[in-house]
Amino acid sequence: MTAVLSSGVMSNPVFREPETLGGPTREIEFRDAIREAMSEEMRRDKRVFLLGEEVAQYDGAYKVSKGMLAEFGERRIIDTPISESGFAGMAIGAAMIGLRPICEFMSWSFSLVAADPILNNAPKMLYMSGGQWGCPIVFRGNDGAGGQLGSTHSWCVEGLYSNVPGVKIVIPSCPADAKGLMKTAIRDDDPVFFLESERMLGNKGHVPEGEYLIPFGHAAVRRRGTDCTLCSWGRPVNFCLEAAEILAKEGISCEVIDLRTIRPLDMPTVIQSVRKTNCAVVVDQSWSFSSPGGELAALIHKHCFDDLDNFVYRVHSDDVPTPYSSKLEQEYLPNVRKICEAVRAATYRA
Amino acid sequence: MHLIREFEVRCMQSYQEKKIGGFCHVYIGQEAVAVGCTAAMKHEDPIVTAYRDHGHALARGMTSRACMAEMYGKVGGCAKGKGGSMHMFDRPNNLYGGHGIVGAQTPLGAGLAFGTKYEDEVINGGKNRRVTLAFLGDGAVNQGAFYEAMNLAGLFDLPVIFIVENNGYSMGTAIHRGTSMSHDLCIKGRAHGLKEATMDGMDVLAVYHDMHELAEWCRANSRPAFVDMKCYRYKGHSMSDPRKYRTREEEERHESNDPIGKYEQSLLAHGVITDETIKSIMASCREEVRDAIQFSNESPEPPMSDLYTDVFVEPWGRFPGSSQPDFTGGATNVCSFRATNGKEGLV
Repeated sequence: MTAVLSSGVMSNPVFREPETLGGPTREIEFRDAIREAMSEEMRRDKRVFLLGEEVAQYDGAYKVSKGMLAEFGERRIIDTPISESGFAGMAIGAAMIGLRPICEFMSWSFSLVAADPILNNAPKMLYMSGGQWGCPIVFRGNDGAGGQLGSTHSWCVEGLYSNVPGVKIVIPSCPADAKGLMKTAIRDDDPVFFLESERMLGNKGHVPEGEYLIPFGHAAVRRRGTDCTLCSWGRPVNFCLEAAEILAKEGISCEVIDLRTIRPLDMPTVIQSVRKTNCAVVVDQSWSFSSPGGELAALIHKHCFDDLDNFVYRVHSDDVPTPYSSKLEQEYLPNVRKICEAVRAATYRA
Repeated sequence: MHLIREFEVRCMQSYQEKKIGGFCHVYIGQEAVAVGCTAAMKHEDPIVTAYRDHGHALARGMTSRACMAEMYGKVGGCAKGKGGSMHMFDRPNNLYGGHGIVGAQTPLGAGLAFGTKYEDEVINGGKNRRVTLAFLGDGAVNQGAFYEAMNLAGLFDLPVIFIVENNGYSMGTAIHRGTSMSHDLCIKGRAHGLKEATMDGMDVLAVYHDMHELAEWCRANSRPAFVDMKCYRYKGHSMSDPRKYRTREEEERHESNDPIGKYEQSLLAHGVITDETIKSIMASCREEVRDAIQFSNESPEPPMSDLYTDVFVEPWGRFPGSSQPDFTGGATNVCSFRATNGKEGLV
């Protein structure tokens, strides 16, 4: 096996891209990948524990933590009451003592009632204490529109939370990335918001057998192309790949970049690509106004001003509350049709 | 208590001289609470409190210099001038902040207790040995986060004592105007199965004695408690409060029950100290605070580079060759913090 084991020493783990590992892989679901990452880290380090609603006896509302109670016991897999503000704050206090909590929000939509601890305490503790206390904690859960969950349960919180300095925001698009990024998140000394998608938890993908960690701030180029750079993260990366297939048949060659983390943001990879394609489209599931997609577009304009043949087009969820109707919800999302239209316009092929 | 009183008096002067900015909440009148409570605890017991935090910091062992310089916004401050009056952090003394949002520190207090218990029992395989003190004002009793914290503490058997410093006012609102069942605050703790106690926060010996007994019970049983700590805030909520919501007569009545004066009288009556000793203690407190102000005046302003430090422990994560050009205008970091505290805690 070519996978390089980290030997468990935190100061010098080996970070490798899953595709460079070689060796055997298995096809597993997104939820299995996250569970493997959490379980491996919990075996390695007793300070890591998981808490959240229904994570233990219920096996996780979305079965992400299935079987973990049986392996680690109730002291480390902890069912909490429906009390996000309380248990998020409690997890932060535990992190200040030196533990490494993984705090699950069944949905990131529910994190809004815990806004004070996750935005006022976790990301600011290090700064306000003048470097005395950081907050090594992972908050994770489902983000973005699920399947017809309506407006209150469909938040894309990266649109809100990426505005706050002091947090790292990870939004994986495939099982292999989910595993490698989750392991990195757990070992990170800063607060990490790990955004999964209910719609992707059942997605299958090839995941290496051996241990690997994926560094933050390193984008993955999912598809090589020459005419337009599609930049995205999380679930919409999959829409971008679908769109790229369609557009290829029309003679438009798209390069698809999966940012994987939006804080930190891997601008060098984006810039390198845009300098080649001279065209960029940003696809972001959050609403357009004050969004990370808007930020990325601004940065592309700044760094690639002379390279661009057109302004940066952006595809977002529509600027309305998330509708319930399946038909309306599909139209509301940054779907394949909208991405294709944006690329055609950006490349003057509309 | 003398030190805190003297410190806060000079703090008010410094505020009026505009040496201290922002919001500033002084502790005058409540000194017996912080002093009695911290004296009853072990140094390894974590403490977390709200924004009226100078008294807790000094009682816990923070130097007057570090506390005052923090308010002056100077590098000599406990947080290098990045926290300010409301956010006093002192890692060597296990003071986990000063927190500015009313009630927000209570879930953190539950978490500190969760953390120490987990460390002692799950990681070290022993028995819980630390008790956390989480201070809050009577105004914070009405915050939802506090009820969530009490529920979690009761549910998970967390060794935490929620000490409600009941000075009768949440800012300018008298407790009966903002809090139901204000004649019996302990009922709030009782609802969550917390051991309850009412204490006289104007009597430092009573606080010490009662808190010591309660803390040892919490330590032995690994259970939470709720304290209705009756006290009085002599000054306004903050420096900008003219106290129009209460009478001068009421203030004088409480001030005649002063915790410092009472303790002195008691010590004198028992022949423990003499007038001379008191005078010399007061003189040394004056000198310490005078020195703290001089230190704070002379301590340098933070360098501009400090603006960008302590945002992340490692902005690009922990891996070799990871440094990247900063395209987002975000922060670099050279902080001293390591979450592992030098120990990897591997199993």
